[in-house]
Amino acid sequence: MKDRAKWAPLVLFILLGAALSYGLAKPEDRNITSKMIGASVPSFVLPPAASGLPGLTSAELASGKPHLVNIFASWCLPCIAEAPQLKAIADAGVPVVGIAVRDRPEALARFLARNGNPFKAIGADDASQVQMAFGSSGVPESFVVDGKGMIRQQTIGPLNPQDVAGVIAAVKAAR
Amino acid sequence: MIAEAGLAALWLGAALCALQLFAAAIAVRGESELAAIVRPVAVAQAALTATAFALLIWLFVRVDLSVLLVAQNDYSLKPFLYRFAATWGNHEGSMLMWVTILGLAGAAVAMFERKLETRTLLATLGGQAVIGLGFYAFLLFASNPFARLDPPPAEGQGLNPLLQDPGLAFHPPTLYLGYVGLSVAFSFAIGALVTRDVGPAFAKAMRPWVLGAWIFLTIGITAGSYWAYYELGWGGWWFWDPVENASLMPWLAATALLHSATVLATRDGLRAWTLMLAVVAFSMSMIGTFLVRSGILTSVHAFAVDPRRGTFLLVLLFLYIGGALALFGARVGTVREGSRFDLVSREAGLVANNLLLSVILGVVLIGTLYPLIAEALGVKISIGPPYFNLAAGVPALVLVTVMAAGPLLRWRRDDGRMLLRRVAPAATVALLALILVTLFAPPIGLLPLLGLALAAGLALASIAPLWRRNLLRTPLFTWGMVLAHLGVAVSLAGVACDSSFTVEKLVAARIGETVAIGPYQVRFAGLDPVFGEDWQALQATLEARRGSGGALILNPQARTFWAPPTETSETAIHTALDGQLYTVLGKQAGEGRWQLRLWWKPFVTLIWAGGALIAIGGALALVGRVRRRHRPAREGW
Repeated sequence: MKDRAKWAPLVLFILLGAALSYGLAKPEDRNITSKMIGASVPSFVLPPAASGLPGLTSAELASGKPHLVNIFASWCLPCIAEAPQLKAIADAGVPVVGIAVRDRPEALARFLARNGNPFKAIGADDASQVQMAFGSSGVPESFVVDGKGMIRQQTIGPLNPQDVAGVIAAVKAAR
Repeated sequence: MIAEAGLAALWLGAALCALQLFAAAIAVRGESELAAIVRPVAVAQAALTATAFALLIWLFVRVDLSVLLVAQNDYSLKPFLYRFAATWGNHEGSMLMWVTILGLAGAAVAMFERKLETRTLLATLGGQAVIGLGFYAFLLFASNPFARLDPPPAEGQGLNPLLQDPGLAFHPPTLYLGYVGLSVAFSFAIGALVTRDVGPAFAKAMRPWVLGAWIFLTIGITAGSYWAYYELGWGGWWFWDPVENASLMPWLAATALLHSATVLATRDGLRAWTLMLAVVAFSMSMIGTFLVRSGILTSVHAFAVDPRRGTFLLVLLFLYIGGALALFGARVGTVREGSRFDLVSREAGLVANNLLLSVILGVVLIGTLYPLIAEALGVKISIGPPYFNLAAGVPALVLVTVMAAGPLLRWRRDDGRMLLRRVAPAATVALLALILVTLFAPPIGLLPLLGLALAAGLALASIAPLWRRNLLRTPLFTWGMVLAHLGVAVSLAGVACDSSFTVEKLVAARIGETVAIGPYQVRFAGLDPVFGEDWQALQATLEARRGSGGALILNPQARTFWAPPTETSETAIHTALDGQLYTVLGKQAGEGRWQLRLWWKPFVTLIWAGGALIAIGGALALVGRVRRRHRPAREGW
């Protein structure tokens, strides 16, 4: 047997061992990249969910300006926790629109009165159909949608204070 | 007290294992009285772990809830068989079974191996003790099966209901006998590298051990495949799941090893390669153990994940596999290369067999680890059956072709034209099958078509070595080879039929409706609640009629277990001569309708019948080899 060839199995095994060590050491990645990233928002027309605010249609999302679409519900506790972050994002000049999932007008009005209202429009998605079409499996979730109605970014779960700058930058970049 | 006794037995076993290593290491260096104690110590060590294992079984059968492992995995209302088998339906218990089998394998070598040169045998038992020590440490420090729980709960948490099946009683033990049995081949290779004693005598001594482990592995894989087929209710028999792959890889390496050991035993060739395969086969077992228990890959077989265990096992992998391969690199240069052979010869055929099996092994290994590799490179793509079926299927079909010709070749050198004449009948049959299937069967994919044709050819070619022989005087291991090769043909035919002719139907049926599937008319006759010891279920009554025949009754169930609360579907399968009718009861699908999933699977049973033939062939060969060892040998198959 050739001199070098006899060490080949050991070298191969060390490579394999390195791959296994990497697999063991790597932090578990919980980010799931949605197939909807880079795709257009589904077409939908949602009636107003709260009095005094318009409803939401997919056409408005494709009208030339980027938006942050927040899928939420008044019955959802993490949505209360993320309310200050949504307000900060809206205060920075980002148009924030909402899709209220399986909600009631009176409950939603109480929610907005108590936690502030960052939304320019809220559509009522009473059967979760638009939520599912967005590829969202729960509330809250936030989507950065560019001026052409293309989904650029998805955040699963509530926005944390440290996410705010990133979301504002992503909306600016989507112009 | 019983748990403490078990733990004490385990510690004593570990101590004797250390003594076995120490004594063997001294004795290998030269004459020493310690040589005399190695064999008895190996036997005593095995007796102690076996005692620990028996005590754990006792704790499970008695449902001693003051033991943490029992409280987590047992349930007092379970039938006896499942309380018994629950012992290894969890990480710690199955690891103890692993170590027990390792000890028993070493003890078997110590008691029965009389052919191997003494120093090599001592080195082999030393190698077995090195492996044992690491896994004892793993049990005692990271997976103690005897840990107590204080205060004990009033009832256990129960066993995963998917495991509540007679399969659990047989599948893991047979599979482990195979996996861990391969440790003997590994230790033999270590022993031979240490003493530089590699030759036909070594191969002949090692071969029965490999054969024994390989038979169990074959049975374990075949039985596991059938278990998954009827238990999961998905209609499939092989899912390329990481853990299935983890059992397939040692099998592929062991199959290659069996064939290369034949070349070494008969013609004194392929010395380095045989040693390499002996190391690789058990290394694959250990890598499989690591993959299953570290949580590094997701799988239906996943155990409770603990990163500390993964790290521990990874260190053991580096020590054992890395150490063995380093020893191989350092010593193999001094192993004289064996005799040469011609390009057309039995040896060349067996080399081709080895290369192709290695290619398939590589394909499966890369596919299994692909999620890790892809993630390291920043892409998230999973690969599944399409990759495996193509990348492993093509070399497998080439392998089948070589397999048909191999046994018809002569040792050392053969004449190409004579060979052609010998394989001509099989080639004709394959071609005929190809034409018949193309003409008369519904159109099917290229791989299954080739599979069917080659299966027909191989079936004939594999019985060809019996041609014009006195069947009564044909050696048992020749019969073994014939049956094992025939088994491959039978399995291949089953796989090809299942993948191309299966019919599947998912319907939402009302009671009284009839569904046509394959040759059957299936009437949904009724739905009733039924109860078992620890479950309740909805049971459908299906009346299947074929032509004008009487009705067969099938009763698929949707079961709900109480501990832990889980829903499972129990399939109902009718086996006919030409296939299986496979039925699953699903959920309610609105107003009075129930989901029924029905399959007609022509000749699917051939897959497992082939597996059984392969195992029987192995058993015949083993009996033949062991008998032959007590008489002067005549060479060859």
